[in-house]
This record gives sequence, structure tokens and C-alpha cells, in this order.
Amino acid sequence: MYHRYVVVALSRRKPNEGKELTKEEKQRLRKQKKHQKKQKERKNEKGPSETEKDKTPVSLLPPPQPVATQKAPSALPAPASAPIPVPASAPFHSSPAPSPADKPAKSKAELKAERRARQETDRAAKQPGSSSSGIKTKVPLSELNPVVKRLPEHVQVDDPAVVKRLAKKLERQQIPLRSDYGYKVSLFSHLHQYSRKAPLTQLLSIPSTVIHPSIVRLGLQYSQGIVAGSNARSVALLHAFKQVIRDYTTPPNEELSRDLVNKLKPYISFLNQCRPLSASMGNAIKYIKKEISNIPSQCKEEEAKTKLLTCIDRYIEEKIVLAAKAISKYAIEKISDGDVILVYGYSSLVNNILCEAFEKSRKFRVIVVDSRPRLEGREALRRLVQRGISCTYVLISALSYILPEVSKVFLGAHALLANGYVMSRVGTSQIALVARTYNVPVLVCCETYKFCERVQTDSFVSNELDDPDDLMVTRKGKTQLENWQDVSSLGLLNLVYDVTPPDFVDLVITDLGMIPCTSVPVVLRVKNLDQ
Amino acid sequence: MPGADKETDLTERIEAFLADLKRGGSGTGPLRGSGEMARETTYLLRRITAQARWSSAGDLMEIIRNEGRRMTAAQPSETTVGNMVRRVLKIIREEYARSRGSSEETEQQESLHKLLTAGELSEETFREHFVHLKANVIEAINELLTELDGTTDNIAMQALEHIHSNEVIMTVGRSRTVEAFLKDAARKRKFHVIVAECAPFCQGHEMATGLSKVGIETTVIADAAIFAVMSRVNKVIIGTQTVLANGGLRAVNGTHSVALAARHHSTPLIICAPMFKLSPQFPNEEDTFHKFVSPHEVLPFTAGEILSKVNVHCPVFDYVPPELITLFISNIGGNAPSYIYRLMSELYHPEDHKL
Repeated sequence: MYHRYVVVALSRRKPNEGKELTKEEKQRLRKQKKHQKKQKERKNEKGPSETEKDKTPVSLLPPPQPVATQKAPSALPAPASAPIPVPASAPFHSSPAPSPADKPAKSKAELKAERRARQETDRAAKQPGSSSSGIKTKVPLSELNPVVKRLPEHVQVDDPAVVKRLAKKLERQQIPLRSDYGYKVSLFSHLHQYSRKAPLTQLLSIPSTVIHPSIVRLGLQYSQGIVAGSNARSVALLHAFKQVIRDYTTPPNEELSRDLVNKLKPYISFLNQCRPLSASMGNAIKYIKKEISNIPSQCKEEEAKTKLLTCIDRYIEEKIVLAAKAISKYAIEKISDGDVILVYGYSSLVNNILCEAFEKSRKFRVIVVDSRPRLEGREALRRLVQRGISCTYVLISALSYILPEVSKVFLGAHALLANGYVMSRVGTSQIALVARTYNVPVLVCCETYKFCERVQTDSFVSNELDDPDDLMVTRKGKTQLENWQDVSSLGLLNLVYDVTPPDFVDLVITDLGMIPCTSVPVVLRVKNLDQ
Repeated sequence: MPGADKETDLTERIEAFLADLKRGGSGTGPLRGSGEMARETTYLLRRITAQARWSSAGDLMEIIRNEGRRMTAAQPSETTVGNMVRRVLKIIREEYARSRGSSEETEQQESLHKLLTAGELSEETFREHFVHLKANVIEAINELLTELDGTTDNIAMQALEHIHSNEVIMTVGRSRTVEAFLKDAARKRKFHVIVAECAPFCQGHEMATGLSKVGIETTVIADAAIFAVMSRVNKVIIGTQTVLANGGLRAVNGTHSVALAARHHSTPLIICAPMFKLSPQFPNEEDTFHKFVSPHEVLPFTAGEILSKVNVHCPVFDYVPPELITLFISNIGGNAPSYIYRLMSELYHPEDHKL
């Protein structure tokens, strides 16, 4: 059996024959062990698997693998089928179920895979818990494997066990834990609430040995709100990762495809602590991890790095820049002369559309609606006025006054959920509601990379709480809520996102075309099949 | 001459009142509550009745009507002034009718018979002189003042009928009536209040501090989050600036969004408004309906050059149609919005609707 395995492996995996057999064998065994681990990782659908948690952290220590050779004989029957699924489907689909469909695999291997899958799901079901990045990966409908979704930890703050587990994990990754601030409204006790005045970087030692400096800078920019907005955060993240990849060197006896992924995990935890990851960032991270894992092991380091950098550039170019162009093209068809367009807050995409439409000599005027405490609409106003577009500016409480003048509403989105709900800046649902009452069409513009497999029906279960001190305001020299912390029965709530039901939205403009809100799961399915 | 002194004194007071009205409405003077406004108006009208020169009811009504026109012109958005003037006019009519001995019913009702036979019965009939008319009118105005003093308490007394324990109540901005209402209920029940801060004036902050001082669990939210949290709200209780003749409201801006969100979630919308806020105005008077204050509140002058290139609006009031309202709680009890027109006929005479 051993020889058969080696023959199979050699014929599939090793095109270059310059190496000694014994050393190759050892490398092969080590690789198989890692493959096995990665398979288990995939089944857990996220970063660190429980098996890894039991072992020493892989990212920081040199490989402990030399002991693996002793376990080799027992490990051999299991990885027999491992080489088969790996080249076939994307590594992050957590079940080996697609592989029998893809390849004419041995039936024994298929059964083994099924059994392993069942074991993994049982193990996963027994240990409900958290993982680093708060984004769920939904498996495309595989009939063999029930999807076990684990709740992200950032919506389980009221569970002390989860919080302790997170603290332990962060300690292992040597990232400081950010503490909550202020009195939390009881309806939101399951979410974090941080203060902007206490950034995570204050707890780090400078220079940080664990976290790359560009990531530290990025985290600080996120937590202070310097980089805000879905697209901006994703692009900044990808650029920071490019820098990390440039500075990365593979440690000896490690493979780039595996080690780099492990290196990225503490960075992602750190960024998550600075500010919870957005859906777009989650998708970008998934893409990067997939690309890194797909690097063939025989690739030289420089080649691999340039390959990754071009992948990231292509991602930004395709998913963000070109998507914006495509969306503008579709949206401009919907803007006619004499239109009065209402926009809310600052959405880079909607701004782009309006500027392009103006350049194409469409005659329209814009009403910018803004809301406290972020007042992002002022930035949108500035940019539109700079282009020469005539604008009106109101606060969201004046919405009923201004809506009779409006002919269309253009809204941006933070994410589009699989049940058709639009997750966007808080206040968007209110605008959609009032616009629906006045029979004004509501158009949401969203790139496909922001589509998310999560489902949500209200704005409570998963949201972000911003610094409550932002709600304080000084008017005529008096700050009413100055000592709100001293009053025990007073709480301030600063929500960041809300979800808009699909019946308020008339059209969603994406880079794939103009679709109704309810077609989002169709797009997701199509995208997953492409991958 | 004492008469002349009284007259000049009276005109001085009237002028001072008018100046106050003009200043108070622009936001620069001290912000007065409607209750205070109503009381001041009634004091002034009582003084006019006492000190002005008049011989018959018709004269008095003419004087009061003139002054009333000037007062409403000074600040059209302050409707309680006009409402009090109309109440006093109705009081005069009633006292006159009582002095004459005829019952009030026949004066009021517009029957077909009356329309055919009456003709010009309106002003002529108020020319008779009655000795005790002045005293009666002043006494009736005093009764009106007592009623005004007790409105907030009357409304607050009904609180326990409408609030059960462990409720989540939403309110918008600041209303003294609603504050008293909630504080009264808090003596016996435990509930949670969510206050929408109501930018740009952020009066919700004051409301929240007031409520939390008596131990009510209060949360302040931004206006943008109203729809987001509405799904967890059991009742929306708000105050208003004016109740219009069709049962709609003229309330602080942002109230329409709250009403729509409440209707979407089928949450009852309860208005706590004393009767002196009921105005015979209808909402289609566009020029007097909306009131704007300085856009500095919305986009401050520190924003710089951009201010010359954009239009900035800061409306103060919102119209809420009567279909979105569930209940009016006033000092005379709870009413549906469809009943408001009936209450109006009890408070004001139809001929006084246009001053």
C-alpha cells in the first residue's frame, strides 16, 4: 500500500526528479500531514481548527514536523485520497464532496472522505465556538455535508465562555484584547462597544514584533475612522497585505502557501479587534487566502510573491475599479435630465456615478441627506460641489419636507445579504421607507464582491456599536449629556449599520447588471460555481 | 387721568407681548413652552377685558379680534396664541347669550331653519349692554386659566392607563407634557424609554437627562436609527406643537418619519396634547405651515466657502396625517383623530375660525 501511494503521489505531484528519494519521501510525508491538517481546517470553515489549537501555534515556531515521520504509517491510509481533491476544487470549500463529482475517484477514497467529513462535522458540532475572522463561509449546497455555521465571536460578547476563548486566542497570537467602554444598552449587550480614545495600538509595544507595521497603521486608521467606507477599507486592506507579502520571507522548511496564511491570521485578528471586519473585507481575505493556498509548492518564492501581488492588483482592478465603471454605465441610463436625486451620507460608488453622469452632460441636481453623529454627507457634498453639481443639504429629520421634490433615490450599500436585505449605514432604511411612502423609486448600487451569504432580518443581531461619546453635542456652550456615564439609567446608542427590507428597494445595480433585491442569492450561487 | 394711564399701560403690555412673540419665534429669545404662551396670552386678554374701553360685547369682541390678528401676525407658527383668542371670543359669546337669557344651543346650531330665517343676526345681536357682562367674562377667563394650569397634570394622571410594565416606549425630541406623562407612570411601573435626539436642536438630550434623573431607563439614539430600533418598540408617545383641524399634527421635524416607521411595524402612535393646542387650521395653507430657521444649525458657518454654493434647509415642523395616529390623550381624556373636528366645535365658534 505504501508503494502504491508513493507511485500515485509521484506521478501526480512531482514533475521535477532531481531529488533523493528518501528525502523526498520525508518531505512527502510531511506534506501529507499538512494536507490532512488543512483538510480538517477546511471542514471547520475558518482559520484555526481545533486540532491546531491543541498543537503549538504553527505561525510562530519552526516546524515541529520531524516527529511526523513516526506517525506516517498510521496517517497513510487517510491521506490516500488527499492528493486527489486538492488540485481539483478550491481549497476553501470545506467538504470533499465536490471532489467525487469532479474526478473519477476511487470509491474507497470517496467513502473515506465521507466518513472523515462526518467525523469532522460531529466534532465541529460538539464544540460550538468562535474563530478569528468574523465572517462565515457558506458551502455551496452539498448534499452530503450539512453546513455547520459557527457564530462569529463579535456577536457573542455576552457569552463569557466565548469571550474567554477569544482572550486566550489573542494571547497566543500576542495581540492585546480591547476592552469595552461605557454602559451598553441591554438590547445590544451581545455586541462590542469600544471607545475611540483608547485605540488598540496603545497596548502594543512599539515596534511590534508580531504584527507588521503597515497592519498596525491600518488598524489605527480603522479604529480612528480615518479610513472609512466599505471600498476604502477593502482597498487599504489589500494594499497593506501587498506590503506584508513583499516583506515576507519563507522560513526554512516551510511552504509559502501554508506559512503565509498562518502569518496572516494574527493580523486579521488584530484588525478585527481594531474594528470589526466588513463583509467586503471578509470576501477579500477569503480570496487572498485562496490564492495563497493555491500557490503550487514548487514555485520559487519570488515568483510566488509576484504572482500574489498581481492577483491582488487584479482583484482590486476587477472587483472595485472596473465594477464601479460598469455600475456607472448602468446607472447613467437611469438618470434623466431634470432629475432631482437624493443621496444619503457618503458612498464612494454613488458619488462616482453622479460625477460620471454629470460629465456625460446629464442635467440633474442632488439633495444630500446627512445624519448625526457621523455627518459623512458633508464629504459627499464637498466632492459634488467641486465638480459643479448643484446641491441641497438637509439633515435626515427634514426628509419628509424635502421628499416631495425628489424624483429618485440612490443609495450605497455596505453588504447585500442572501435574503435580499440591504445592509448599509444607519438611516438608509428610514430613507427607503419614507421614499416608498412618497412613491419615489429607490435604487441601491452595490458591487458583487460585497454580496454576503449571511441572512439577517433586523438590525439588532449583528451590528456595530460605535463610540457612544459621539452623540454628545455642545450647543450654546452647554453639553447636556456631558456626564452621561455618571447617571446609571442613561445610555447612549450609536449604531453604525441597519438593514433595509427588500420591499423598500426597487432595483439593485451591480456590475453584473440591474437585478431586483431578491436575486442576490442567485448571484451568490453563480459566483460560487464559477469559483 | 387714570383711564388714559390704564390705556397706555395696556398698549405697552400688548406691544411688549408682541415683541416677545417675534423674538421668541426666531430662536434667539428664550424658548417658551406652549403652555406658558397660552397662559400669557390669556392673562393679556383678561387685562384687555378689564382695562380696555368697551360698552357692549360686540365692541369687546372687535377689540380682542384686532389684537388677536396682530398677535398671530407677529408669530404665525405660535398657534396657541390664536387658539386662546378664539377661546376668549367664544367665552364672550356664551356669556352674552347667558346674560340675554337665551340658551347657547340655539345660537350655535346651524339648522336649515336658521339659515333661511336668520339673515344678518351676527353682529347686531351683540350690541346690548349688560352690567355684569364684564365680571362674568373675567370670571370665565379665570376658569379658563385654571383649566390651563391643570392640563399637564390631567394628562399625566392618565399615564397608568396606557403604559404597562416592561414596555419600550419611544419618544422624539422634548415635550414637557410627555415628560410629565412618563414620570407619572414611572412612579408605579418599570419601563424603558428610547429618546430620538431630534437634530439639529438635539432637544432629546434634555428630555433624556430629565427622565433618567427620576430613574427611568433611558437610551438616546440618533435620528437615523429610528427605523432600526422601531421593531423593538411597543409604543410611540410624542408631543406636538399643534393639532390641526383634520386630526393631523404639526410637530417637530422628524415626526413624520417616526410615524411612518411606527405604522410599518404596527406600533401605536400616541399623542399627548392639551386642548389648547387644537387649532382650526388646516394643513393645506402652505405659506404658514412650514417655518424655517437659520441653516447655520445644519451646516455651520465654519464649513467655509461651500456655503455659498449649496442650498441648506432647516425646517422646524413636519406634517403628520391623521391616518398614522392612533390616539390623542388630552386633558379631557383620550380621543381618536377622527373625533377632533367635534372637539373643535365645542371649543371655538365657527365664525372665529378666521380671526
